[in-house]
Amino acid sequence: MSDHAHHEESFLRKYVFSIDHKVIGIQYGITSLIFLFLGFSLMLVMRYQLAYPGEGIIPPDVYNSFGAMHGTIMIFLGVVPLAVGAFGNYLVPLQVGAIDMAFPRLNMMSYWVYFVGGVVMLLGFFAPGGAASSGWTSYPPLSVVTTTGQTIWLIGMIFLITSSLLGSVNIIVTIVQLRAEGLTYMRMPFFVWAQLITSFLLLLAFPPLEAAGVLQLMDRVAGTSFFMPSGLVVSGEVLPVAGGGSPLLWQHLFWFLAHPEVYVLILPAMGIIGEVIANNTRKPLWGYKSLVFASFFLGFMSFIVWAHHMFMTGMGTAISSFFQTTTMIISIPSVIILTALMLSLWGGSIRFNTPMLFALAFLPMFGIGGLTGLPLGLATSDIVLHDTYYVIAHFHYVVAPGTIFALFAGIYYWYPKITGRAMSETLGKIHFFGSFICMNGIFFPMLIQGLHGMNRRMYDGGATYQFNAPVLYLNEVITIFAVGLAVFQLVFIINFFLSLKAGEKAEPNHWQATTIEWTETTSPPLGHGNFAKVPTVHRGPYEYSVPGSDVDFIPQAQA
Amino acid sequence: MDIPYTVSARKDTGLYNGKLGLWLFLASEVMLFGGLFSALVLIRVGNAVWPPAGTPELNVALATFNTAVLITSSVTAILSWASLAKKDLGGFKKYMGITIVCGFIFLMAKSFEYYGKLSHGVVPSTNVFMGVYYTMTFLHVLHVIGGLAVMIYLWGPGSKMWHTNPGRFSNRIECTGLYWHFVDLVWIFLFPVLYLL
Repeated sequence: MSDHAHHEESFLRKYVFSIDHKVIGIQYGITSLIFLFLGFSLMLVMRYQLAYPGEGIIPPDVYNSFGAMHGTIMIFLGVVPLAVGAFGNYLVPLQVGAIDMAFPRLNMMSYWVYFVGGVVMLLGFFAPGGAASSGWTSYPPLSVVTTTGQTIWLIGMIFLITSSLLGSVNIIVTIVQLRAEGLTYMRMPFFVWAQLITSFLLLLAFPPLEAAGVLQLMDRVAGTSFFMPSGLVVSGEVLPVAGGGSPLLWQHLFWFLAHPEVYVLILPAMGIIGEVIANNTRKPLWGYKSLVFASFFLGFMSFIVWAHHMFMTGMGTAISSFFQTTTMIISIPSVIILTALMLSLWGGSIRFNTPMLFALAFLPMFGIGGLTGLPLGLATSDIVLHDTYYVIAHFHYVVAPGTIFALFAGIYYWYPKITGRAMSETLGKIHFFGSFICMNGIFFPMLIQGLHGMNRRMYDGGATYQFNAPVLYLNEVITIFAVGLAVFQLVFIINFFLSLKAGEKAEPNHWQATTIEWTETTSPPLGHGNFAKVPTVHRGPYEYSVPGSDVDFIPQAQA
Repeated sequence: MDIPYTVSARKDTGLYNGKLGLWLFLASEVMLFGGLFSALVLIRVGNAVWPPAGTPELNVALATFNTAVLITSSVTAILSWASLAKKDLGGFKKYMGITIVCGFIFLMAKSFEYYGKLSHGVVPSTNVFMGVYYTMTFLHVLHVIGGLAVMIYLWGPGSKMWHTNPGRFSNRIECTGLYWHFVDLVWIFLFPVLYLL
């Protein structure tokens, strides 16, 4: 490391194959934002098709592959790399007072493996028969007998899983080993806790999907029958496979990953919200310890709830009862976290800046997402709601106005630290209010459609079934709001680029925050090494408005 | 500035970075093979006859031999690390060399076994048992090949580090050994599950 500081680095080393966690974080951030935009664009085309099915803007098979790729891109290439790859990479070393990640080269590799995985996924669109079209869940037997795109999807997934494995090992080791002197576990910012638990989920939940991916690849390429039952008839003919496998096996392996994945999506978001709320209420987080322990419990429980996605598969009432019980239990830590964040607002002198607005909106939006999940977690009510638009509305409330709002809060909040300039507050507020209205305009009608019984994954928006007739008009409403949402995202994109050059110059500690990344580094932080002098930590993370103190806040690193 | 704890252990955790990283990696590997073994259990209980009728006999004698070879290699892997602790580079070269040779013997026996099956037209698609057999043993073989690549590097050009940074080199050997034990352990599970039960 020390040699590097003295030598002028080549362009490639500095910006492309960088081993500096900050550059890698920015690479992750930009790539994942592009993928988010791409995933959103796919959905806009699909929404147009749903609103005006008569025009047939895309054929049904393309609609299917757009649907599958929308889910895949949004989750595996957009939100997770942004929440963990970008925010985790950039902020964790700064917040724990480390000069870099524990394994800088592994860190670079993790980004490039992710990048290759993304490219492979996109190549799927050029495969004969188009990209994967069996949904992001890729249920066999359909996914085994479908077109080549699915094989490419599986290869892409193996790259993405490898990347997240490398990334999560790196984050855990960095937090455990490289914490600055004095930074005990209970003095870590909540964001760091969230990243730590998220990384454990990624580390332990992804490998079974990798196993499942390999098995499905074998089914497709080598003709094995892990997921193929005996005597399966496709298009009137018995498939020439040996049989003896089980389609349900895939669902078990898939959801064993994919349920913890939900918490991978939501925990970093909660971490960001914690930072923003503490900073802008100018008081400590309410119940910091409860937050930490609830997150722990949440992470643990997330491994034993997966089969609540499978109530309709006929796996038996005993198993269903078990999983509906664990599902009800896991809602408790979620409620604790949300309650603690909400009570943190009590009595604070709140600063309503753009990051705080997004953070405040996160609370009720995630609340709606969580509460609408309860009927889905109970086996009996799930039978009615399964596979309807209600499910879509539920998980989008969690991820879109939930997690993505939190990620926006994080971008507005840390932008001054990363670039040295603040984003425009005016444009930020336009972006926020527009997005807030449009998000609800999109997802609330879906709850109504779903309760009415409208199925998801319908190419014609449900017009085939007469019982959908009373709620069909909502398809058009939703599409109009989706276009509106796109327009307001343009405001964000303009703000993002404009502020790089024209934004207000940021102070090193732009928001008068207490954590190390604000008080001990310049904006943007130094290249290799982060700190002029490695800090020592003397107190907890949220010492705002300390009783008896004559200053507004006391930095963690202040003796 | 250098990243701390690459060679010496951090006091409160008692670990150097690489070792913690490797343990975490192994945890994820446990989940990978755990997923595969669970899949095997589920498939097995879903089939009334196991292995399905018409499955050819697996070569138990050869697999027993391979088990012995891998266990030997685990012992020599430890001895190579122990030699470094005694500052004996020659001993390290000898024991690491034996470990590598054992790895190759394992691979040769395994190829022989695969060849015997494939030449009789027994392929992964023959039936669900052979699918499990080929997939799981081949994933294990990939792990063996990966381990061998690292060990050959550390035995050859990589061992120069002993003269510049002996502490770090010993750490590398320790981590490689941990990984190699894991690969061994996976086989210890695969052997009875596929060949004996």
